[in-house]
Amino acid sequence: MEALLADRQEQVHRTGEQPFTLVCNKDSLAGAVSQRACVFCGSRVVLYPIADALHLVHGPIGCAVYTWDIRGALSSGPELHRLSFSTDLQERDVIFGGEEKLYRALIELIDRHSPKGAFVYSTCIVGIIGDDLEAVCRRVEAEKGIPVIPVQSEGFKGNKRDGYTAACNAMARIIGTGDTAGISPYSINILGDFNLAGEIWMIREYFERMGVQVVANITGDGRIADLARAHGAALNVVQCSGSTMDLAKIMEERYAIPSIRVSYFGIEDMAQSLYDVAEHFGDPEMLEKTRKLVKEELARVVPQLQKYREVLAGKKAAIYVGGSFKAFSLVKAFRLLDMQVVMVGSQTGTEQEYRELAEITDPGTIIVDDANPLELTSFLEEKEVDILVGGVKERPIAYKLGVGFCDHNHERKEALAGFQGMLNFAEEVYSSVMSPVWRFAMRTKAKDLVTETSKTIVKG
Amino acid sequence: MSKNPPNYISTTNACKLCTPLGACLAFKGIEGAVPYLHGSQGCATYMRRYIISHYNEPIDIASSSLSEKNAIYGGGPNLKMGLVNVTRKYQPKLIGIATTCLTETIGDDVGRYLHEFHRETVGTMPIMVRVSTPSYNGTHMEGFHAAVTAVVEQLAEGGEAVGGKINLLPGFISPADKRYLSEILDDFGLDVTILPDLSDTMDGPATSKYDKIQPGGTPLASIATMGRATATIEFGRTLHGKTAGALLEQKHGVKRISLGVPIGIEESDLFFASLSTLSGRPIPEKHAQERGRLVDSYIDCHKYIFGKKAIVYGEEDLVVALTAFLAEIGVVPVLCASGGKSGKLAAAIKETTGDILAEQPQVFEGMDFFDISEMAESLAPDLLIGHSKGYPLARKLEIPLIRVGFPIHDRMGGQRILHLGYRGTQSLFDQVVNATLARKQSDSPVGYSYM
Repeated sequence: MEALLADRQEQVHRTGEQPFTLVCNKDSLAGAVSQRACVFCGSRVVLYPIADALHLVHGPIGCAVYTWDIRGALSSGPELHRLSFSTDLQERDVIFGGEEKLYRALIELIDRHSPKGAFVYSTCIVGIIGDDLEAVCRRVEAEKGIPVIPVQSEGFKGNKRDGYTAACNAMARIIGTGDTAGISPYSINILGDFNLAGEIWMIREYFERMGVQVVANITGDGRIADLARAHGAALNVVQCSGSTMDLAKIMEERYAIPSIRVSYFGIEDMAQSLYDVAEHFGDPEMLEKTRKLVKEELARVVPQLQKYREVLAGKKAAIYVGGSFKAFSLVKAFRLLDMQVVMVGSQTGTEQEYRELAEITDPGTIIVDDANPLELTSFLEEKEVDILVGGVKERPIAYKLGVGFCDHNHERKEALAGFQGMLNFAEEVYSSVMSPVWRFAMRTKAKDLVTETSKTIVKG
Repeated sequence: MSKNPPNYISTTNACKLCTPLGACLAFKGIEGAVPYLHGSQGCATYMRRYIISHYNEPIDIASSSLSEKNAIYGGGPNLKMGLVNVTRKYQPKLIGIATTCLTETIGDDVGRYLHEFHRETVGTMPIMVRVSTPSYNGTHMEGFHAAVTAVVEQLAEGGEAVGGKINLLPGFISPADKRYLSEILDDFGLDVTILPDLSDTMDGPATSKYDKIQPGGTPLASIATMGRATATIEFGRTLHGKTAGALLEQKHGVKRISLGVPIGIEESDLFFASLSTLSGRPIPEKHAQERGRLVDSYIDCHKYIFGKKAIVYGEEDLVVALTAFLAEIGVVPVLCASGGKSGKLAAAIKETTGDILAEQPQVFEGMDFFDISEMAESLAPDLLIGHSKGYPLARKLEIPLIRVGFPIHDRMGGQRILHLGYRGTQSLFDQVVNATLARKQSDSPVGYSYM
């Protein structure tokens, strides 16, 4: 295929057309215009929602300014995470070293905002000029009496997944430092939900209705003090496997806390997540409460989905997301709407995840790792897709092709998790696919339409 | 009256973007060009997201996607591989290569890599223009201008001057502005090269096929003839370093006419007068009429806005122009702030407003939104003028924000905002007046539908 560079071919698979092979977790190909970001991005997205921490980006201004208040991660209290802090390194700092500036910036910002902790993100050039972040953080921690944690997130030292790991390592330094008194045996930490549009509040409410105590949100609406006592929870419930699974592993090793993987997207996966937690605790009363909860929610949501399903049936969907866990739920969610998924891809999926995707998708479905705009374009055209699910960078690709779009990334302002989220998702998909504007767009050959119309008018 | 500028160590909510972003935007305004960042993958992706959110258009920025190994042993092989891959996939006419803080710090010699690469690939590759844009030096505007200079330096040829042909270097303007400038120059009968031109590449129509590289941009053939123009008009009163206009003058003897960004009547008059001189024609009736209607509206509305206080922020040259505009309509600019550090902002504002304003506003370079917010508390402004990132401040102060420039991330149509000339000024003026009227109306205890 013309759109595919030779070096990219092994990162694309077509379900059922050949035995499953797919190479992933590989460095992006130079010049291929990957949709991925970098190690720093991985760390920043995971830690960002911790709302009472100071997030200081140590480097030139770009990394901080491009991540200023770009996510829909809400807080029920402090909003320090929505500010963009940078040491804004200048040429002279690069030559003489940025440690002193970092120290002074930290002191200044901690005095100004009184955060409960601070994360100091390393960027590309910090890794080159060799600033000792550990030493500076230790010094400030001793002076200010709050955790000051370096995040080893130099952009070029791996890909986004390595950034997730760096973020997990940073959080692991806070976990275990707090008092765990009074935590229920039926208690969990929620890992891998970022409280976009208030989603974690819905999820917490479900767990509360089941009689489960949530110790720490990691990291949606997150707090340093909750992280510090997260080791007191009985179970880690992990969503978004790529981003926080490393932390669950660390906590299992250190504190023997087991973990289960869940997804809150789509009603099937949402219900399954709650049942899995209830079953883990094995308490009959909790199980009963969970059944009741699921029943009530389904009774509310399913009838409302019917009207969407009627009109959306048979429409074709493509999925391109950051981590592939979300793709599973989306495949199921589209099935619930009787829609057909014809392409699934992600920036940072694992071989195992792609293999499983190949198993659950229909024959001919394109599975792709680390795609780029031209590949996405060719897949959308080839499959005559009606809607693409992705993030901001994918949006103009879809729109230029006259394809509908649903934002399922960190920037979004719509809650798409939980039972209500499935309804919102259906509404989103419906409002894009069913818009009358597509009659003017390229998929319906806008140009021909215009010529035809003018011919008719001229002919009278 | 000017108090000391805030002098903090840290930067909070920057009022600037990084150097390579500006270079990418400038390259994107050239026919058949693909911007390319020599750095790690994240830079390209972050900038694409940032730019897309303003224009709602695809922008593909390629990257060397450097890894740790490359950072240690040098990024040359990745650069070359990336250029080959971009060429194979996009068949560009030009690749605009900008460096990043990573490759500048590891000391990659891009010039040498490209020299080797040219030898290895004789005649098979597109034109390559390179610019050095370490993000620890300057803002996106320095990157933008440096890329324009690099393009002119490497592609403009000399030769005998062609009568009636001029160059226009407008700086970072909106697609709507560019289209309007073309209309004006056409009306004066001037043959103009506008560099760069984002009007089609970043504001394209929906078409019947997907273009790998959006059509439009300044034609390469026109850039080649820039050294033979009779004059270059270059917008920007705070430009520094070697500008493209200065280079054309020194290298090819093309007369440089330096003007402010034409916003407001005074600055627009200078622009129209220059065109009149260059073309030997009077101001076309259509534009004279537009000016007349603008003056008429100034008079109709003057009382509603007189004495209102405004904070202006953003790119330095835009701030100068907006301040000049506000001054001439009777709005008092109380703070003019930019993240840039040209060293020329205060002088440029004084030059354009000195004969109107009894008192010069507080003017500060190197500002961030924390500084601006802090000062705003005592200044009690009635409105803000700048890009979307001032919204949190406008919300806190409960005052209107007039959205101009880049980025517009919280409204649609940033690419269609018209700022320049009599027509753009008219649009801005109506927004300022109506925002003020709307405020008064909503604050009114009775409400009214007739003023």
